[in-house]
Amino acid sequence: MLVRLLAFGIAKDILDDHVLNVDLTPGTTIAELKAMLVDDYPDFEKLRSIRLAINENYVEDDQIILPNDEVVIIPPVSGG
Amino acid sequence: MRISTDLYHIELCATPWDSLWFERFLDHPEGGGRVIFTGHVREELHQRQVIYLEFEAFAPMAMKEMEKIVLTTAKRWPVIKVILLHRLGRVHVGEMPVAIGVTAHHRHDAFSAAQYLIDTLKENVPIWKKEHYQDGSSWVSAHP
Repeated sequence: MLVRLLAFGIAKDILDDHVLNVDLTPGTTIAELKAMLVDDYPDFEKLRSIRLAINENYVEDDQIILPNDEVVIIPPVSGG
Repeated sequence: MRISTDLYHIELCATPWDSLWFERFLDHPEGGGRVIFTGHVREELHQRQVIYLEFEAFAPMAMKEMEKIVLTTAKRWPVIKVILLHRLGRVHVGEMPVAIGVTAHHRHDAFSAAQYLIDTLKENVPIWKKEHYQDGSSWVSAHP
């Protein structure tokens, strides 16, 4: 299934794009997606943290990604 | 982008806000204590001269997270008014990227609530800051 990832901040620089379309096996978890991102883009491993959000909420590593989920890569936040 | 109720006002702003309006929102006849926190852009960071900061947000989620923080604050402390404003885009030296205001019956609650609001905002709200110097730029806090 094709899933659309959105990236902000330094994640956008690492991907060199605001959007990344990935083809995932149904049942893929957030932890597995994070591992794929680190494999394909080793610069993610250098970050202080990386969180993912689905449909505008932070999600845990064991969450399964569903078709039509909007997945967002959240590098370390620095508002304020 | 904004959410406004009688109790709270949350907004992501492209331009500086009107500080009189900000203060007026906090007015309440039962408010005995008011705490305002404003963050300001410093001219020097990590021994480099800053020209401006640039803020980017995942706006719909940032609004949701800020509202969650305000609602949690209202559960933990008896606050009467809460205002939470954050700039997006370029913010120059001396300007305010963030302003938080709390009105409560008593000062202790206003201080505690304001501290919680700014600390939790910095931890959870998907907003990113890029520092622009004379000789380059970098995303803040991205690396350990």
